[in-house]
Amino acid sequence: MTTTDAKSRSASAVIEAEPNEAGLDEGIAQLKNEQKERLGGLDRETLLDLHHQMLLIRRFEEKSAEAYSLGKIGGFCHLYIGQEAVAVGAISAIRRDDYVLTSYREHAHAIAKGISSDAVMAELFGKAGGCSRGKGGSMHMFDREVNFLGGHAIVGGQIPLATGVAFATKYKGTDQVTLSFFGEAAVNQGAFHESLNMAQLWKLPCIYVCENNQYGMGTSLERAMSLHDISRKADAYELAGEFVDGMDVLAVRAATERAVKRAREQYLPTLIEVRTYRFMGHSMSDPGNYRTRAEIEKHQLRDPLKLFSASLLETGTVTESELKEMDQKVHEEVERALQFADQSPEPAIEELYTDVYANPLGIDGPRNR
Amino acid sequence: MAVMTMREALNQAIREEMHRDPGVFLMGEEVAAYQGAYKVTKGLLQEFGDKRVIDTPITELGFAGLGVGAAMVGLRPIVEFMTFNFSILATDQIINSAAKMLYMSGGQFKIPIVFRGPGGSAFQVGAQHSQAMESWFAYFPGLKVVMPSTPADAKGLLKSAIRDDDPVIFIEQERMYGNKGEVPDDEDYTIPLGVAEVKRAGTDATIVARSLMIPLALKAADELQQLGLSCEVIDPRTIRPLDIDTIIESVKKTNRVVVAEESHPFCGVGAEISAQITERAFDHLDAPVRRVSGIDVPMPYAKNLENLAIPGVKEIVAAVKEVAYV
Repeated sequence: MTTTDAKSRSASAVIEAEPNEAGLDEGIAQLKNEQKERLGGLDRETLLDLHHQMLLIRRFEEKSAEAYSLGKIGGFCHLYIGQEAVAVGAISAIRRDDYVLTSYREHAHAIAKGISSDAVMAELFGKAGGCSRGKGGSMHMFDREVNFLGGHAIVGGQIPLATGVAFATKYKGTDQVTLSFFGEAAVNQGAFHESLNMAQLWKLPCIYVCENNQYGMGTSLERAMSLHDISRKADAYELAGEFVDGMDVLAVRAATERAVKRAREQYLPTLIEVRTYRFMGHSMSDPGNYRTRAEIEKHQLRDPLKLFSASLLETGTVTESELKEMDQKVHEEVERALQFADQSPEPAIEELYTDVYANPLGIDGPRNR
Repeated sequence: MAVMTMREALNQAIREEMHRDPGVFLMGEEVAAYQGAYKVTKGLLQEFGDKRVIDTPITELGFAGLGVGAAMVGLRPIVEFMTFNFSILATDQIINSAAKMLYMSGGQFKIPIVFRGPGGSAFQVGAQHSQAMESWFAYFPGLKVVMPSTPADAKGLLKSAIRDDDPVIFIEQERMYGNKGEVPDDEDYTIPLGVAEVKRAGTDATIVARSLMIPLALKAADELQQLGLSCEVIDPRTIRPLDIDTIIESVKKTNRVVVAEESHPFCGVGAEISAQITERAFDHLDAPVRRVSGIDVPMPYAKNLENLAIPGVKEIVAAVKEVAYV
């Protein structure tokens, strides 16, 4: 069975029809119209919350970049700017007790699932107040309280894990669903194919959200994948596949809602390809020489935040001054997160040896080399 | 007590633990309808149904990762590798997910999972189906590695592994499945992980062995007794965490050590044990620690070559005589 139909493919046509600026303008206009239509189905509070979350993630990532260049964040730091509509749209369609697993580009998913920006920033800073107590870092955030089961940093590694979480919920007979996020480069990994096969074979309530930002680090999808139409890969395993425009938060939300219904009511998996674009480099150290400034700017015209705020304004859902006020509050929240992270203590020295084993048997730690 | 084979003892352990805890389930290739490639899981499908005894596609990375995910949210999977040779495909999930999850989540997600199956040399199955993997897994903090040498140990250790809250690599020796021994009937018969057993007490030399090498070491000890050499045979049973204290205690008494293993010598468990003895009991040694290992080549097929590649009683006897200077 596949739910990929003409309607869900229409966004694809919009994105791929980019031969000239006129075509792009037309595409943006169409997107705005589609978005406005969808606005009608949601209450104002929900709409503002979606906008608030996307804005919070945008400002949070900007602040992360700043803190990284000041040397406050170490290691790798993969920013989400440009992709906000994906995490926010998809996670807004699930319940608090549903599960989320994702890759190393995860600050946004962590925040959208309900981890405080304080705890996420403190984790980036490697502080005790971080959501993984400073032991995970940018790529390994976890929070049991909100069923956020991690950032995983081997490409595709989280996909079998998410499949297992879905297996467990079905085993236990709950109606929880599991969202598994991954980039399009992960689709070439065996882990993806092995998981989809088992998920459909055993009817597991797992929703596979492929965030196709069109580059695996510096390698474009075209240079790495023989079949570009990722949602069609669902056909190989006979599971439901959808394509959705990742710059449209409401479209992402709606597609996820359809998948959630299938998962909750029928224990069926879905593959959703969400076409998006990352405005920043792969990580903070990316020289960006594999794509042009013009290409990035072209995609920035379809900035998910700008598109959504324009729709909110045009429909009279929100006023300019309300948006400004929201931005101000978000700025303050992010500033507070930075201060929290700065002031949070480093992990205690003993933390080096704890959490290696849940049941250490008394002879591990520094002695058991 | 009942006399049974290693395979029956393992089967009993799984059956009892599945009765005890509804969160325990078993998955792997041919574990259900086929009744197990080595018949360790015989009868379990009939007893527990296909919800809890699950045949998987041949997709080791996938089902190992699925097991880890299920363990994250409270189930206790037993994942069988038809042989540990195939675990190589699953190492990303075993090492990067299972071993590290608790640590990198700041203690939030424990992974109570058992990866089990036959390992080590078999009979003429060639290079890709005949290898000892324990040093790979023992290298990683976060994993526990267990290798039983008797049916009773197999039962007691597997039950402990299933009840343990950490990921356990449980390697059964393929050649030993038919070995018989007395096994306690008690449903709560467990053997703590991380505790070595002195399989034979002695005073003149210590032989540290594991798995397939234990029966051989005991035979060697019998032969050496004829020569007037009293050997102590120690089975760590758990490779990680290693009960080094029991080994050191023995070394302090005998002052001579041979480590016997069927695995390759280079970067092996024997090398680790040897290093720790040197670090902690150097002044007690009357001879350098001597390793008896598998020959450092991929396993050959030809019967005569295969026999030469795996250490036997003769090599252990010779090594003990060497460290005893007789």
